[in-house]
Amino acid sequence: MSSGILIIDKDLCIGCAACVAACPFGALAMEQGVATVDERCTACSACLEVCPVEALSLPTRQADLQPPEARGVWVWVEQAGGVAHGISWEMMGQGRRLADGLQVPLTACVLGERVRDLAMEAIAFGAERVLLVEHPELARFRTETYAAALEQLIEQERPEILLLGASSRGRDLAGSVATSLHTGLTADCTGLEIDPANGRLLQTRPAYGGNIMATISTPVHRPQMATVRHRVFAVPQPDYGRRGEIVPREVTLPPASLLSTVLSFVPASDEVNLAEARIIVSGGAGLGGPDGFAPLRELADLLGGAIGASRAAVDSGWIPYAHQVGQTGRTVRPELYIACGISGAIQHRAGMSTSRTIVAINTDPHAPIFGLATYGIVGDCQQVVPALTRALRARL
Amino acid sequence: MHVVVCIKSVPETTQVAFNPDTGTMIREGLGTIINPFDMYAIEEALRIVERHGGRATVMTMGPPQAAQELREAMAMGCERGVLLSARAFAGADTWATAYTLSAAIRALGGADLVLCGKQAMDGDTGQVGPGIASQLGMAPLTYVWRIREIEPASGRIVVERLLEEGTEIVSAPLPAVVTVLKGINTPRYPTRRGLRRARRTELEVWGPQDLPGIDPECLGLSGSPTQVVRVFSPEVRAGGVRLFEGGTLETAADALAEQLIADRLV
Repeated sequence: MSSGILIIDKDLCIGCAACVAACPFGALAMEQGVATVDERCTACSACLEVCPVEALSLPTRQADLQPPEARGVWVWVEQAGGVAHGISWEMMGQGRRLADGLQVPLTACVLGERVRDLAMEAIAFGAERVLLVEHPELARFRTETYAAALEQLIEQERPEILLLGASSRGRDLAGSVATSLHTGLTADCTGLEIDPANGRLLQTRPAYGGNIMATISTPVHRPQMATVRHRVFAVPQPDYGRRGEIVPREVTLPPASLLSTVLSFVPASDEVNLAEARIIVSGGAGLGGPDGFAPLRELADLLGGAIGASRAAVDSGWIPYAHQVGQTGRTVRPELYIACGISGAIQHRAGMSTSRTIVAINTDPHAPIFGLATYGIVGDCQQVVPALTRALRARL
Repeated sequence: MHVVVCIKSVPETTQVAFNPDTGTMIREGLGTIINPFDMYAIEEALRIVERHGGRATVMTMGPPQAAQELREAMAMGCERGVLLSARAFAGADTWATAYTLSAAIRALGGADLVLCGKQAMDGDTGQVGPGIASQLGMAPLTYVWRIREIEPASGRIVVERLLEEGTEIVSAPLPAVVTVLKGINTPRYPTRRGLRRARRTELEVWGPQDLPGIDPECLGLSGSPTQVVRVFSPEVRAGGVRLFEGGTLETAADALAEQLIADRLV
């Protein structure tokens, strides 16, 4: 007896069981020669494509509905203390591309206290229009405050697409705004395209620790919201001669949007800021102990890089959690990732496998990390890393 | 204090991959576990209740099998377990999930604190926590790696949040939603007594009829603004590692240094 959400046409089903193998959740099974589905079905649609006879479908919903009138592509410019987060301009490049494809304007949303300079910068990076909201309560980012402001802008103008960076702040803000406005949000996208058939935003993102990719759309709710992963897209070349319109906007911030108070902020050292680091030198169980990180720090210092760590090193108490890369740590995407004494378990790879260049240094030539690496040296990190530091110092 | 912990039952492994020959998914280990980040949320809830009094309720939305994860949380010490399981809930995206969990928290009579893990390791979105906060009008305190203080009397909480650029110390009124990171504590193991108690306690299984005032159109697949268009295998990283070997480690390190400079990586 089928009890899942998937609809199976028993007359069409030929019992080939292709869907059973395709289901990531084990929700499908064969019973008396036809497919059945149980409650584990999440409507992910993975089985629909493999069915050779189109016997599978999901309940139609929203299919005949039209999205409400909405126009324009928006990008939220994340800033702290008047300085833009690098991801904001990466998204401006993508926003420009999508807006050009749809032949609509690209609008930047600049929220803060004294941030007019950023509005000018947003134009240089590709916006033709900037909605500028300056308010003392927006001096420091607080999710509920920024959400209230952004929601008001959206309700006034109804954009069709809103992009935010998938930083801590961007993810919080997006989750909050999408909930309030009852619209679709796709987290941590690594690909954005317009569906030529219907003009919808096709948002591609990794799931299951990067083991599968899913393309997601928001058919009838607007705006279509996406957060975009840092360092996936290039920063466009700014053109400070570009002209654009800066539109100042007022917002009202009700008490419900002023719940929390930022008491203080302790900046991380460069060694810990994994998200912004161009180079990460990372250590694992093979380092043998907390002292094993010393040569890695020397190399990172020389290269201006950050220090990463595998779960094994963090769980052993060799280095604080803030350094952990992987499934239960951070996801990073540096230009250069130097993995020292890291075997390369699936959980670690989930956090670093999209780094541009990976160097593996490990005593075990069969360690999975070598399967992922661009360059490798089989050897003891305590010898190889200092040798590499010396070699680089002599040449740089 | 009434602390509600929202957890998710996730596959034991994220090691799902595609068979390139058949184009189908290869599954290994169909078992499920409590989402790792949620273990820290459960532990933190229990510690708060131990310090300030009150009770912890654990809640999940999922198939009937997710009862197993609820019982584990109850064996650790959560007093009450609520399983939101009904066909109407199936196929929910993060919007519909936050909507349903929020309705269930209201049906419980509210909470002084809602705890969640930072994100689930299957979906990796981190959106449900802020979504619940928005639904319930609470402050979203995400990426928390230390709760500095909870003042039930004055009704405030002070937490440390680990952001990319540093640590932010934030104060917010209760009730609030807190999503936690791994570094916050070390989750306890269930005790034998806890396991016995969890086995004896009746799990509450709730359907839409148990959530007063909900809009059925906002549940499950029909309440989900997003739709999966396609699931596919990521591009395989071009392997073929170039090993620097032969000679001494010094010469290998020299050659690697030359290569990194030639690639303009350093």
